Order: sequence, then structure tokens, then C-alpha cells
Amino acid sequence: MSEHRQNTTHATVWTYIKVALVLTGVTILEVGSTYIRQLTPIIVPLLIAMSAAKFALVLLFFMHLRYDSRVLTLLFCGPLLLASGIGIALMTLTGAFLVFGN
Amino acid sequence: MSSWITTVDHKRVGILYGVTAFAFFLLGGLEALLIRLQLASPGAHVVSAEAYNALFTMHGTTMVFLAIMPFNAAFFNYMVPLLIGARDVAFPRLNALSYWIFVFGGIFLNASFLAGTPPDVGWFGYANLTSKQFSPSHSVDFWLLSLQVLGVSSMISAINFIVTILNMRAPGMTLMRMPVFVWMTLVVQFLIVLAFPPITVGLIFLLFDRYFGAHFFDVAAGGDLHLWQHLFWIFGHPEVYILILPAFGIVSEVLPTFARKPLFGAPVVIYSGVLIGFFGFGVWSHHMFAAGMGPVADAAFSIATMLIAIPTGVKIFNWLATLWGGTIRTTTALHFAVGLVGLFTIGGLSGIMHASPPVDLQQTDSYFVVAHLHYVLIGGSLFGLFAGAYYWWPKITGRLLDERLGKVQFWVLFAGFNTAFFPQHYLGAIGMPRRIYTYAADAGFAFWNLVSTVGAFGIALGILLFMGNAWRSLRAGAPTRGTGARWSGGRRRRRRHTTSTRSLPSSPATPSGGRNMVARGSPPPAPPRATIFTSPHPPTGPSWSGSAWPSWRWARSPISRS
Amino acid sequence: MAVGALTHLAIVIAGTLVTVVGAFRLALEHHRTPAHEHQVGSLDLDHRKVAIWVFLGSECFFFGTLIATYLAYKGKSVVGPEPHQILDIPLTTISTFDLLMSSLLMVLALAAVQRDDRRQARLWLFGTAFFGLIFLGFQAYEFTHFVREGLTLQRNLFGSTFFVLTGLHGAHVTIGVVWLLCLWLLDLRGNLRVTDAIKVEVAGLYWHFVDIVWIAIFTLVYLIP
Repeated sequence: MSEHRQNTTHATVWTYIKVALVLTGVTILEVGSTYIRQLTPIIVPLLIAMSAAKFALVLLFFMHLRYDSRVLTLLFCGPLLLASGIGIALMTLTGAFLVFGN
Repeated sequence: MSSWITTVDHKRVGILYGVTAFAFFLLGGLEALLIRLQLASPGAHVVSAEAYNALFTMHGTTMVFLAIMPFNAAFFNYMVPLLIGARDVAFPRLNALSYWIFVFGGIFLNASFLAGTPPDVGWFGYANLTSKQFSPSHSVDFWLLSLQVLGVSSMISAINFIVTILNMRAPGMTLMRMPVFVWMTLVVQFLIVLAFPPITVGLIFLLFDRYFGAHFFDVAAGGDLHLWQHLFWIFGHPEVYILILPAFGIVSEVLPTFARKPLFGAPVVIYSGVLIGFFGFGVWSHHMFAAGMGPVADAAFSIATMLIAIPTGVKIFNWLATLWGGTIRTTTALHFAVGLVGLFTIGGLSGIMHASPPVDLQQTDSYFVVAHLHYVLIGGSLFGLFAGAYYWWPKITGRLLDERLGKVQFWVLFAGFNTAFFPQHYLGAIGMPRRIYTYAADAGFAFWNLVSTVGAFGIALGILLFMGNAWRSLRAGAPTRGTGARWSGGRRRRRRHTTSTRSLPSSPATPSGGRNMVARGSPPPAPPRATIFTSPHPPTGPSWSGSAWPSWRWARSPISRS
Repeated sequence: MAVGALTHLAIVIAGTLVTVVGAFRLALEHHRTPAHEHQVGSLDLDHRKVAIWVFLGSECFFFGTLIATYLAYKGKSVVGPEPHQILDIPLTTISTFDLLMSSLLMVLALAAVQRDDRRQARLWLFGTAFFGLIFLGFQAYEFTHFVREGLTLQRNLFGSTFFVLTGLHGAHVTIGVVWLLCLWLLDLRGNLRVTDAIKVEVAGLYWHFVDIVWIAIFTLVYLIP
């Protein structure tokens, strides 16, 4: 009955180091982009996208979700999506989006 | 005696929860009777206005957190491992811990009476009534801290049950083969684990406002009082589904047994339960229609609320279809289960009225809502719990409850409850507000308030009758034979979604099913064979059944069973 | 006010003592029970792993609520200082980088325990905890600096929401550091072998989650204008 994916590809130490390097790079890009004036109109979605990428990398590789049972993915991503939805609803209801990103 | 304090056995923890919950239920009931006495006549002086505020606050908080939720937990603890064929829950010591934390939280909340400052801000504690400025005494602090403590208890328990249900099912028991009660339990645990964090955060904000000078709910500093209401109701609405879904699960077990028919559309009942749980997170602001959120927000939540009535209605129809054409055995458990179907429908009808903001603007904060919430919580949750109590009493105690007295009790409770709460629809409709400690003689509220008070005492009588029945049963009730499975005889067809508990020993001292149980009709994990396994273990605790130690039995090989 | 604070303090201290002593004794008893080595269920997953993922799901709601409140109140403070006037981006970038690297050290620690490389396990476990402490050090400096600059919890909405959000995150980091140091101590005593890898895995999941919450906080609180 258990339907977890077989651990055919296990992350190696080298994979982890690569992920860490990518994380470092994206962080530098994130911080750097806040200093580039031309990016100001799209800075909010850009930053959110980059941080989402970092979020996903840690989740999939360091937390091993990519190689683990799908049940665990559901157990975490379900609440994550629900929490995001409720958070956005809460921000909308309390008028956050009137001042968000000017 | 001391073994009960250190027990980690799920059956004993279940009994502990049940007994403690009943004690708090009586306390909450006393608070209710005082409320009703005060309101029985205009200008009454049974209690002062301040005491009245504390009474309705404590009645609500006690009934929700210290009575209904732990009653549900009692059934989760006792029945779920048995129903899925597990030896115990995943983390037995954490299970015991969550019980003792609950006890501490309940005592702490009621210690506020001893301190002279019981919470008096409503069970929902709206800001900024709860601020230091407007509630300088410790009443809010008792409320705040005890809720945090109780939240920890619930969270630990919820994680425990989720792991148990997901990870400890007997071989062959796929998720869709689980009994409906177990499914409802699973949904409830997810609701708990996800709904409690927002109120935890809200209570942290309140704590910081009160003691560390923060400004979360400080309007002068730019804070928004709506934020408290949002955080509370993001928790509060899933909370009401936490309160009712176990009762729905119990009814889904009871009705098929006493109609001698399988549950009609069991998968649909399961899906509806899951949908109710999921959508329950999207309707919270229907408690805030009068708070001034604006028409767009009102409309969005109104639509969502009306949508959530659909899966609930689906369940009602499934239950009716289960009874239709069945061979009805009119036991007390069936009375309570059918009672739930009828009374919850009434509560649902008043609820759907609230879903419309223009209508709700008149009904909110009036006795119409009090009527609604008691129809769903008493007519729904409490009746469901009584159904479960009568249904599983033989299994848990090894004795029988008196069926005749049980039916008398049902009718007394039914009559008392409807007398108490149906007139409150009318009272709300003619404008009686909630949470008032008295009213003018010429307001036209007096007569039906008196009727309602009489009904409340009828409820009290009904509860006393149950206590009498339970007492007699435990002292000298007819013992059940063998495994205490009283109701499972004579069923014509194999039920896919329930576990026959007849093969399981009933005494609380017994280690539970564990490895030996295999779901019927499931592909066997090894070469199929029917085996009889006799447990040699002597009883280690009070012998409830009083009879010879029962033997366990493997589920018969799937080939030979129909 | 004094009585209230004392009552709170007494309750908090009593509760903490009970919790710490209880957890300690539980850990000792737990470790001496062989039954606890094998807790795998019908999903072919260890109970503790399922439990931690469920818990992390609930923590999404916890931090989601805190972050949503911060963003809801953003820009609504009646008096200053405002975020852009006081937040130190370069410094926080370093602490963010430190926390990200601690996650790398954590997975290295897990890999080491899984292959019974005790020397490396001790090194990386301590390293992760150490990096966590560095992060906390940065945060402590930041908090004291802000208070000196006039931003306190009581000052304005920004102060309230900022300190509670980042403070609770810091509390989670602290709990993680204590957890990791306990595992490190276990290893020193020779009680962290291959069969105990699940304990390191569970602690690792918690630690990585605390890291990804910080990723979100760093972007939404510090970087977004």
C-alpha cells in the first residue's frame, strides 16, 4: 500500500554543496537587486520569486522531500498552501495591499 | 489507583479524558443553570452583572475546551487504535502527557474563581475589551494562559493521532477502508494542528500588549481591532468543526448498526468530511459580518459559508438513506443518533440564515445565534457523544446501560433541550441581545425566558438520569458476554467501512489488537490462513468485565468470509 | 503590575523547570528502551518523521500568521523609526548566509551519522549549533542596537511586530541549538549510531525549517521596500 518513491537517487555530499552554492548566489542576487534602481517597479515579485526558489531548494534537497515519500510532501505542502492563502486573505482584509510595494 | 496516574495505555487515557470531561461538563452546566436562573425573570438579582459576565464567559470556554473537546478525545483515545488494529497510539507517553496538560489547563482556568477574577470578556475575548486598560484584573490572564496550555495539549494529541492513523493501520487497511469515525478523527486532528497556531499567535499578541506594552491591538498606535477577530475566528471556525465532526463520525457508525444496513455512500460521507474540514478554513469572517469589513469581504465569506453547507447536507441525506429501508433496532444509541440528524438540521437551517450578511446584521449578537449554536453543539455534538456513549459503553466497561432508562433519558433531554432553546429563536428575532444580565419587564422577553429556564432544568434532569444509569450500570449492570461487542450480531452483510469490534477484548487493562488484526477482505500479507490466538496475559488492572479472560481471534481468511 | 509580572515569571519558571526536567528524564528513559529503536509503520516511514512533518505543517500556520500580521501592519506605524531607517541590510545578509550554511552543515552531519562516521558527525553537529549561535549573536546585537537607536517593542507598530516576529524565530533557533547540542552530547557519549540517525534527521528537518522561515522573513521584512 505504501507508495513512496524508491530511493534510487540519493543526494550526495556534492549535491548538497552545489545547492549551498546556489543558495549563496541567489542571496547575493536578492540583496544586489535591491540596490539596482531600474528594478524597483518589479522588485517585489522578483524578490518573492527568488526567495521562493531558495525555499524550494532547501525543502527539496536539504529536507530531502524530493527523495522521500509523497505522503510527506502532502503533509507539508498542503498546510503551506493553506497558510499562504489564509495569510494573503488576512492581509487583504486588513488593507495591507494598499500600501504594499507603494 | 496510582497506576491510573502513570498509565500510558490508550484505553485508560480515554477513560481519564471522559471522566474529567464529564466533571467539567457538570461545572459548565451549573454555570448555565445560573445564567438561566438570572434570566428567568426581568430585573432578577440571582447574580450581579459582573458575575453574569464571568458566567457566560466561563460557560462557553468550559463547554468548548474542557467538555466537548475532551469528550471527543476520550472516544479518539479509546476507539481509534482498536478500530485500525493498532496496539496503542504512536506516542503513548505523549498521549498521557497531553491528558495531564489538559487537566492542568482546566484547573488553572477554574482557579480564576478562587482568585476572585474569573474571565469575563466572553469566550472569544474581543480586543480591546481585553486590553490592560479595560480589563486591568487578572481575569484575561487566566483565560489567555489556560487557552495556551490547553492548546499545547490539543496539538500534542493531534500530532499523535495523525501519526497513529496514517502509520499504524493494520495490514490491508487502506485509507478508504477505514471506519468513518476514524476518518472524521483524522480530519479533526488536521483541523486542530492547523487552527491552533493562529490563536496561539493572537494570544501571544494579547499577552505582549497587556504586559510588555506592545501595540498589536492599540488603535491609537495604528493597530487594528479586526486583527484579533480575524485571528480568533481563523481558529474559531475550524474549532466548531472540530467539535462536530467526531459526532458525525459516531452517527456514521451507529446508524448502520441499528438499521442493519451499510452506511449509504460511505466514500461520499468521507469526502464530505474532508471538504468540510478544508473549506472550514475559508469561512471565518462570517462571524464578523457586523464588524464593518465592507461589502466585498462580506459577500466573499457569505458565498463560502453557503457552499460549506453543501457537504454537510450531503451527510444528512446519506444518513437518512442509510436508515431508509433498513431493519431498525430502536436502541438508545439510535435515538441519540437520529436526534442529532434532526436537531443538527434545525441548527443548520438557522446557520444558513446567518450566512446572509443582511439577515445576520439583525441576528448577530442576538439570542437567535444562541439558539443556533446550542442546536448544533447540544443537538449535534452532545447528542452524538451520548450516542457514542450508549453504543460503546458495553465495549468500554463490559456492562450494559439500561436501555429503558436510556430512552427515558433521551426523551427528557430532548424535551428539555427543545424547550430551552427553540424559544430562543423567537427571542432573538424580536430583538433580545446576547450577553445581557437582565432585561426590562416591558421588553416582551419575560415569558419565553422563563420557558427557556424550565427547559434548562429539563436538560439538567436528563443529565442526572444519565449519571444514574451509568452509576447503576457500573455498580451492578448486566455484564456483557465475552468481548462486550453488544451490537454487532445479526448483520447481514460485511460492512466495508467499520471494524468489527467483537473480535477485540474490551477490558481497559488489555493490550489492544496490535499485530493480530487484519482487515477483512483485504489481500493477506502472507499465505492466507485462519488462526486463533489466545492471549495468555493476566489482567493487570481493575477487571471491568468480571468474566474469564477473552480470547483474541484473527480475522477469518478473506476467502472464506462473505 | 509587579504582582502580575511576578506571577507570570513564577509560572514561566515553574513550567520551564517541569518541562526541562521532564524532557531530560524522558530522554534518558527513552534511550534505554530498545523498543524505541524501531518505530516504522504502515507507510514505511518512521513515526517520528511523520510527526515532525505534521508539526512543521502547523508551524507554517504559526509563522504565516506572524508574517501576515507584520505585512498587514507594515507602513501603519503612527510614529517612527521606520524599517528603511533602521534595518541593516549588509549585516543581516551575513547572518542570513550564516544560517544557510548551517543548513549545509546539518545535512553533512546527517550524512556522517548515517555512515557511522562519528568524528565527522560530532564536527558537523557542533558546527551547525555553532553557526546557529553566531546567528543568535547577530540577532542579539541587532536587537540591542535597535533599542539604543530608539526602536523598542513599545515604540510603534513596527517595533511590536518586528520584535515579536524575529524574536519568536530566534526562540525557535535557540531551541534548535539546544537540540543539536544534546545530539552532540549523545554522540560524545557514544550513543548516536546508525540506528539513531532518525533522531538527527528529525532534528535536521526542524533546523532546515527554521532556516526557510528566515529566508521568508529576510525577504519580506528586510529586503522588500
